[in-house]
Amino acid sequence: MENPLVITSSPHLHCGMSTKGIMLDVLIALSPAAVVSVLLFGWRAAAVIIVSVASCVTCEYLSRIVLKKPQSVADLSAVVTGVLLAFNLPSSIPLWQVAIGGVVAIVVVKQMFGGLGFNFVNPALVGRIVLMSSFPKEMDNWVMPLLGSGVDAKTGASPLYTLSQGGEIQYNLKDLFFGIRPGSLGETCVLALLLGGTYLVIRHVISPTIPLIYIGTVFILTWLVGGDPLVGILSGGLMLGAIFMATDYTTSPINTAGKVVFAVGCGLLTVLIREYSSLPEGVSFSIVIMNILVPLIERATRPLPFGEKRRLKHE
Amino acid sequence: MSLKEWLGMQTRGGVHAPHLKHTAECETIVMPPPERVIIAMSQHIGAPCIPTVKVGDTVLVGQVVGDSDKPVSAPIHSGVSGKVTAISELLLPSGKKTATVVIESDGEQRIHQSVKPPVVESYDDLVKAVRQSGLVGLGGAGFPTHIKLQPKDLDGVDTVIINTAECEPYITSDYRECIEYPQDIISGAETVMKFLNAARVIIAVERNKPAAISELSKIAAEVTRPDGEFLVKSLPSRYPQGAEKVLIKACTGRIVPPGKLPADVGCLVMNVNSIAFLARYLKTGMPLVDKRLTVDGSAIAHPKNVRAIIGTPIRDVIEFIGGTKSKISKLLMGGPMMGLALMDDELPVLKQNNAIIAMAEDDVKTIEPSACIRCGRCVRACPMNLVPPSIEAAFITDDAALLEKLGVMTCMECGCCSFACPASRRIVQTMRLSKGAVHKAKA
Repeated sequence: MENPLVITSSPHLHCGMSTKGIMLDVLIALSPAAVVSVLLFGWRAAAVIIVSVASCVTCEYLSRIVLKKPQSVADLSAVVTGVLLAFNLPSSIPLWQVAIGGVVAIVVVKQMFGGLGFNFVNPALVGRIVLMSSFPKEMDNWVMPLLGSGVDAKTGASPLYTLSQGGEIQYNLKDLFFGIRPGSLGETCVLALLLGGTYLVIRHVISPTIPLIYIGTVFILTWLVGGDPLVGILSGGLMLGAIFMATDYTTSPINTAGKVVFAVGCGLLTVLIREYSSLPEGVSFSIVIMNILVPLIERATRPLPFGEKRRLKHE
Repeated sequence: MSLKEWLGMQTRGGVHAPHLKHTAECETIVMPPPERVIIAMSQHIGAPCIPTVKVGDTVLVGQVVGDSDKPVSAPIHSGVSGKVTAISELLLPSGKKTATVVIESDGEQRIHQSVKPPVVESYDDLVKAVRQSGLVGLGGAGFPTHIKLQPKDLDGVDTVIINTAECEPYITSDYRECIEYPQDIISGAETVMKFLNAARVIIAVERNKPAAISELSKIAAEVTRPDGEFLVKSLPSRYPQGAEKVLIKACTGRIVPPGKLPADVGCLVMNVNSIAFLARYLKTGMPLVDKRLTVDGSAIAHPKNVRAIIGTPIRDVIEFIGGTKSKISKLLMGGPMMGLALMDDELPVLKQNNAIIAMAEDDVKTIEPSACIRCGRCVRACPMNLVPPSIEAAFITDDAALLEKLGVMTCMECGCCSFACPASRRIVQTMRLSKGAVHKAKA
């Protein structure tokens, strides 16, 4: 025929959204925390972010070439992983170690399992955990923020570490909220993280189910074990983890009931690790452990097709 | 949107598809008979008809040209007077082949003697008349109406729902019926209510058609039936509000189980054009020979609502309303969410056809699908509560038993999942193939 007509299956309309657009929204949501990290920890924070992103993007690019798969750098997911990995590191970390974190996240965790959508644990979190076990000294070297508070020490213990050693913390709730405390470079400023989270909810990129339930569970359980619930939710990596890591599409349940179970599990494990293990913080481990349980959670909470009733076992 | 839904704690399915109802205020224009009509012998769900005329026969308007002795079928009538020039074959957009009767029009539109108002005094008379009228579901599915009027448990049917949701983008042919013939809608609904002994009629209209709601409410208020209710219900404009099971739930709160029919929960759903046609048929006896179509899309110069004779080639319809303004890249029979892409514009207008959408090249973007990122948009969009990524995975591993367990047979192919997918995955296509795999495994 002269002018062949296009034949495709219905629907013939699309919402216009793309994976790249979603990743861009996540980057926009991460930007307040990125800016604050540079204000708090200086140019070194910027250097960590840049090296982490560069490492992740390079690894993504090279992996796809080696694996002979279509190039996927343009979907921006590697950039997101890079920023999140950097947010989980202390600003004093040697830059070559940052680069190694990127290799672990992208090559080992993401591309070796098939790339975007196929990794079963959060790449950035595993990158952080591998760095923590490989370079414990460098990963525990917390720098005091340049801004605020009259504390003039250059390095200090993070609030949760102090608490786990039975000490009294010298940071008030206001400092914790604005991020005037030592910590990983993206985790400290709760205000910036909440801004980003609100943006993601308004843009319908994430549903607030996981963050609200995760943070709520930590709040209640911290109070039950006798801690200060406000300090519990404002310190450590909880806000960063709950808003940006536990909501990762690929490694969290796809259905709402599953999200609830997942978030409660994350909260429970976080408090258990904080209170009863030798580690001061448990957000990354709890999210990774719950990531592994996602297929089981999804199977147990799968919604029933319209009009179907739950069948009894013996039927 | 309720707080629960906004928080993502509860999903109701569906998507906010663009309305694109450009033709809402376009009064229906009548297209004169074309030179030639191509009448397909399969314009309904069920057994195809067999031509009852031969090449060389003279036919008149309203004369039966195809019929079947199978129970699930509906006769087909000629919309023109003229001479049968060929009995040939046609490839329908569904991929099935069907016989066709080609009639050369003489332009005189002489009416056949059989066209006279039927005498309807009982339920049996009604069913018989409806069969003779050739009426099938005009909303798009094309299920023979006389079969629909004979559910297994007739006494159990207490609610007649008139589907005026018209949730597909572009299409306004149901809306125009409400504005142009509201009396026929009410009178048709009354007839069905009376002969089926239903306790209530619910005319379900989407909220984005306030004029239709007020017009119908005005007339419905005058209907006084001591034994029943007559309601006009306004529903949220959310695609696919007009899908049968979704509509029944929204109107009555009843849930049709998988594999069951509306009558199993006491409902009978009829399209608004079908019900108005029924009222007119009882008055005039003129069978289903023409159809209102919304002709729209980015390639159409002057979008319009047009009444065309069934069997008119689509190309003639587009030319009649003023042609195209750019090259047609994709031509649809039906709306953009569920319509079928046509292979050429020679295809004739069918009974269940309610729109012709011609899309220009800019509108036809075929984005390559990328990996599923498990964002869950398809899960939230699915009005049938399915989990498309699990179904995709089961389809890839060819696990028919799991596919069935995941409820793939409940899928009505409304297209919400594909519409909402940021990775542009061909989810509906996978659903169709999955259903095929389940059928194959059972055969």
